[in-house]
Amino acid sequence: MSPLNIKKGASSHSAYDLRSTFGDTVERHTLAVIVENEPGVLARVIGLFAGRGYNIESLTVAEIDHTGHRSRITIVTTGTPQVIVQIKAQLGRIVPVHEVHDLTVEGPSVERELALLKVAGRGDARVEALRLADIFRASVVDSTLQSFVFEITGTPEKIDAFADLMRPLGLQEVARTGVAALSRGSDTLV
Amino acid sequence: MTKMMTGAKMVVQALMDQGVEVVFGYPGGAVLPIYDEIFQQNQIQHVLVRHEQGAVHAAEGYARSTGKPGVALVTSGPGATNAVTGLTDALMDSIPIIVLTGQVPTFMIGTDAFQEADTVGITRPCTKHNWLIKDTDKLANTIHEAFHVATSGRPGPVLIDIPKDVQFATGTYSEKSKRKSHYAPQVKGDIAMITELAEAMATAKRPVFYTGGGVINSGPAASQLLRELVEATGFPITSTLMGLGCYPASGPAWLGMLGMHGTYEANMVMHDCDLMINVGARFDDRITGRLDAFSPKSVKAHIDIDASSINKVVRVDIPILGDVAHVLEDLLKVWKTQGRRTDKEALAKWWKQIKTWQATDCLGFTQDGPVIRPQYAMSRLEALTKGHDRYITTEVGQHQMWAAQYLGFEDPNRWMTSGGLGTMGYGTPASIGVQMAHRDALVINVAGEASWLMNMQEMGTAMQYGLPVKQFILNNERLGMVRQWQQLLHGERYSQSWSQSLPDFVKLAEAFGAKGIRCSDPADLDEAIAEMIAYDGPVIFDCLVEKHENCFPMIPSGKAHNEMLLRDAQVKGAIGATGAVLV
Repeated sequence: MSPLNIKKGASSHSAYDLRSTFGDTVERHTLAVIVENEPGVLARVIGLFAGRGYNIESLTVAEIDHTGHRSRITIVTTGTPQVIVQIKAQLGRIVPVHEVHDLTVEGPSVERELALLKVAGRGDARVEALRLADIFRASVVDSTLQSFVFEITGTPEKIDAFADLMRPLGLQEVARTGVAALSRGSDTLV
Repeated sequence: MTKMMTGAKMVVQALMDQGVEVVFGYPGGAVLPIYDEIFQQNQIQHVLVRHEQGAVHAAEGYARSTGKPGVALVTSGPGATNAVTGLTDALMDSIPIIVLTGQVPTFMIGTDAFQEADTVGITRPCTKHNWLIKDTDKLANTIHEAFHVATSGRPGPVLIDIPKDVQFATGTYSEKSKRKSHYAPQVKGDIAMITELAEAMATAKRPVFYTGGGVINSGPAASQLLRELVEATGFPITSTLMGLGCYPASGPAWLGMLGMHGTYEANMVMHDCDLMINVGARFDDRITGRLDAFSPKSVKAHIDIDASSINKVVRVDIPILGDVAHVLEDLLKVWKTQGRRTDKEALAKWWKQIKTWQATDCLGFTQDGPVIRPQYAMSRLEALTKGHDRYITTEVGQHQMWAAQYLGFEDPNRWMTSGGLGTMGYGTPASIGVQMAHRDALVINVAGEASWLMNMQEMGTAMQYGLPVKQFILNNERLGMVRQWQQLLHGERYSQSWSQSLPDFVKLAEAFGAKGIRCSDPADLDEAIAEMIAYDGPVIFDCLVEKHENCFPMIPSGKAHNEMLLRDAQVKGAIGATGAVLV
């Protein structure tokens, strides 16, 4: 018998794919982690990433079920397939973690991030900023004679692109929420 | 009927409901209400240790030798920080313990109050889970949950931080049976995967069982099933340091311990096997040696209850997530009901090969000259204590490896040693924990003189509770393992590895009120050990051994299993530059 004969796919009793391919390429994965909303749960998740040297590209957290005390943490992380599998397994064994879902491998999903950008300027630059904001469907949520605050929603890449365009036009400050993500279709995680 | 009581009373009540018999602890300001409740009852025995680290290691020793969770109770601040080493030790070795810490009152948390420490913050990475209780109504339920978490799935240490006002306040006691928990790790393995393993076992030509602490943690049934499986297949079996005793050392298929200081035959079998069945072990770096040369030709199966242990460092082909006892039971069932047979011819050839490796006699030594060799001391200790109801604890270092090599364990839960963390100072308090659980047994802590000094204050505890623990110190007046590594890879520059200004251990024993025995002549050793065994009380046995003995066999850092060093003559330049950076 050879290891090559073994079929790929999750063990039927396991939430985890225990048979990853173990390439060396670094992949970007978006994880949805459903946790008990108790004190310190975020510290546990962040401490896990810090203690074991995993990357966090983005992390968002909020309570999603007030009666059931459930929070949803969306983590964007990078690593080799072996590291990604480890991250999921390590998250899964934190006691107040209910579920770990890898939205990147579990089918198509949508990712959105919200950002606020403060752009200061006068004259042509100010007009150009407003014109580009219109193209990016960013809305003006605050305005003075010298500045705008734009609100933009989209993928992280779209927000990066918008921020890059605003930089020469007087970008002063950016606040981003980090990624929120959901799977497409009618299936639900919780 | 709801029961109202104070938080302090709840702690004691919940421990009683959980069947706790012994608590190892040390009082202080923030736990006084709990100690007041302990004073007013007789069901739970409190053992006053001399240092909080000792309390946690004692609880570990209790847990490892009984399979039941151990309990420690310490105060806030320094009490809690002193417990950290024990918690980390228990986390690394998957030992179920519950540590209760006092905390400053809730309204003072965050004010840098006297003896305040962020205990849940400090212990978050070194516990399986921890809780800070802010509401007395939730206290009892959390204690019940803590026992559940500590003992379910992969066992581990948990901590409950209880502010003093929560201990004083009155709340509703919740019964053990009312507890609801979402924490329920999977114990049954995937039957398709188990069947695949059975298939692999039937066709394997050079198989080996590589077993670990998971077998012990899974309970006595797991060891029993493992023995049946080895019997049914005739496969050779080796074990990690943590798994010693899961298969009897006198069993016909036993190869001895594997790994850095494991036997030649065990490591050669691991290197050359074509099917490796990992049962409750975790491919630790002490086991694998150089990873890219680790067992290159084998199909690897891994039975583990912790998904994060699977594929962590070594890629496996047949992963089985589940509890060892459950999986072995199913595996045996599949093996028998499907009428599977091993490849007898190939297996006979494999055993023939193994016999040639065993003929190397890698643990062989001769006791010549006037100085006791540590291997001889261990062999004699083994011979003279074998028939006893015996439990062994150890400290960490050369003596620990010699104990693992020369003492034979026939049953699980008889061997308590700090494996993952390698905590010097573990053995003495652990021996106290073991003796508390097994009052009539012969409990021996095999120690080095340097390790032993790290928690020697616990001799006071042994005296106070009449615990006849035997401290068997292999005294080479060196930090032996450090000295060995300095010899091997730091040009024989023995930096700070001498135990200077050692106490007179016999007088030290007498100062504690214990018995001291010193032995330096091989001819006197048997008689001295017999005297130690016969003495009804704690003994410090100062066994003066050869000072420059190295521990062999040894897989040098950065080398593969088939590159073992068997004796001193081979050590020159054995470790390369890349190996030198490894621990």
